[in-house]
Amino acid sequence: MEQNMIEVKNLVRKFDDFIAVDNISFTVPKGQIFAFLGPNGAGKSTTIKMLTTMLRPTSGTILINGYDPMHNQDDARRSFGIVFQDPSLDDELTAFENMELHSVLYKIPRNIRKKRIEDLMKLVELWDKKDHLVKTFSGGMKRRLEIARGLLHHPKIIFLDEPTLGLDPQTRNLMWDYLKKMNQDEEITVFFTTHYMEEAAKIADEIAIIDHGKIITSGTVKELTEETKTNTLEEAFLSLTGSAIREESANIADQNRARHQMWSKK
Amino acid sequence: MSTIYILWLRQIKRYLRSRTRIIGALGQPLLFMVAFGFGFGAIFARAGAGNYMNFLIPGIIGQSILFTAISSGIDLIWDRQFGFLKETLAAPVSRFEIFFGRTLGGATVATLQGMIVLGLSFIVGFRPFSVLEMLISVPAMFLISLLFTALGTAIATKMEDFHGFQLIMNFLVMPLFFLSGALFPMDSMPKTLKTIATFNPLSYGVDLIRGLLANTSHFGYSLDLLVLGALTTFLLILGSFLFSRIEV
Repeated sequence: MEQNMIEVKNLVRKFDDFIAVDNISFTVPKGQIFAFLGPNGAGKSTTIKMLTTMLRPTSGTILINGYDPMHNQDDARRSFGIVFQDPSLDDELTAFENMELHSVLYKIPRNIRKKRIEDLMKLVELWDKKDHLVKTFSGGMKRRLEIARGLLHHPKIIFLDEPTLGLDPQTRNLMWDYLKKMNQDEEITVFFTTHYMEEAAKIADEIAIIDHGKIITSGTVKELTEETKTNTLEEAFLSLTGSAIREESANIADQNRARHQMWSKK
Repeated sequence: MSTIYILWLRQIKRYLRSRTRIIGALGQPLLFMVAFGFGFGAIFARAGAGNYMNFLIPGIIGQSILFTAISSGIDLIWDRQFGFLKETLAAPVSRFEIFFGRTLGGATVATLQGMIVLGLSFIVGFRPFSVLEMLISVPAMFLISLLFTALGTAIATKMEDFHGFQLIMNFLVMPLFFLSGALFPMDSMPKTLKTIATFNPLSYGVDLIRGLLANTSHFGYSLDLLVLGALTTFLLILGSFLFSRIEV
């Protein structure tokens, strides 16, 4: 029997009068690579936040590995790993210390901790840099370390919110190689958002397109291009969501992000 | 337990690795010691009030603890904006443990800073009246550190960026320092100033350390401990409540 890793039913999230996520439902079966696409402000990040217990839904139900994130918060949290849109490493600690801290937070038994950290850091090719402070790492290295960290506690699902943003093609390809390997070896379900359509087309088994808080359509690349009578996923995406540019006003987090990028230039 | 420990350890490691922060935070207390200590010392002695340096040092220790502890709120804003906080909030641990680990870490750092200032004070001529009581002043410093770290963290949960925190430094921390018993004896303060200082928790903190280091006390140990203990408990509860409601 096929097991669903993520089950979402009639999920709604409102911010005052604004409906960010408007009654969406979808399921992601075990071992699938699922891409969640949409223009800026479509509701992608709000959905990921609700799936990962960071935000309470206004209504609707979520099951993560069979657990309700609101009622069995810790069980749900142990079931997934997450790579956030912005780096969430401690720059003043070494790569190894960041991994160690994570393994304590997730209560990975001490006797297997070192081995698991070593295996994953070797996978992302950072083991020789394990004692370097993270602040000396490039953007790509940080992202690779975050992926290794997200996989550390043997999650069933890994969430990645625009994981390849700002990375060069080499790093992007490497990253997907690691994730595909873990997807095959440990049967990890992958849920990711991206703005790179060719990437989604290449990697994902299933794609859902969200706009204005609603899922417009979902299916394989083939199904989506057939549905819209287009040749590529990008054309299908544009025909479904229109080509108007979505202006988002910068919030505090964006401003700080810009400031941080300015400061962290070496 | 291990969560609290690892988050505590993180704060300590970050502190020990930022040499510039340690040195920077010592410049100000040293300046106050030299300027106030030597500047007012002679007048203080002529007024028959005794050795000003011995009176002043506990106040400067209190100042340095206050500044360091409140600024651990800045760490929280930093972690919140630049991501690390999310790593802890998405983990299968309670918000209470995260808050407690962070606060204990911040308070330990503030205590270390207070101990370094105490060490420095020997250079400018400070002498404690008893070695045993000087050792007891360390846990006293920790209590004060805990109070102000909880306060700084509680405030920071409500702040979205660093600009707001600058206001706190100017309109809360500076008045707390200058309008307390840190620099001047409360006995001879004008009535209004004395009333303000009586409602200032730093006055009790400094009074406690002063009792232990210089053997003079305005409120007495029992009142100092009662006020500091009650307020610390209240701020820890308030802080952990506010922290549990952070959304990222």
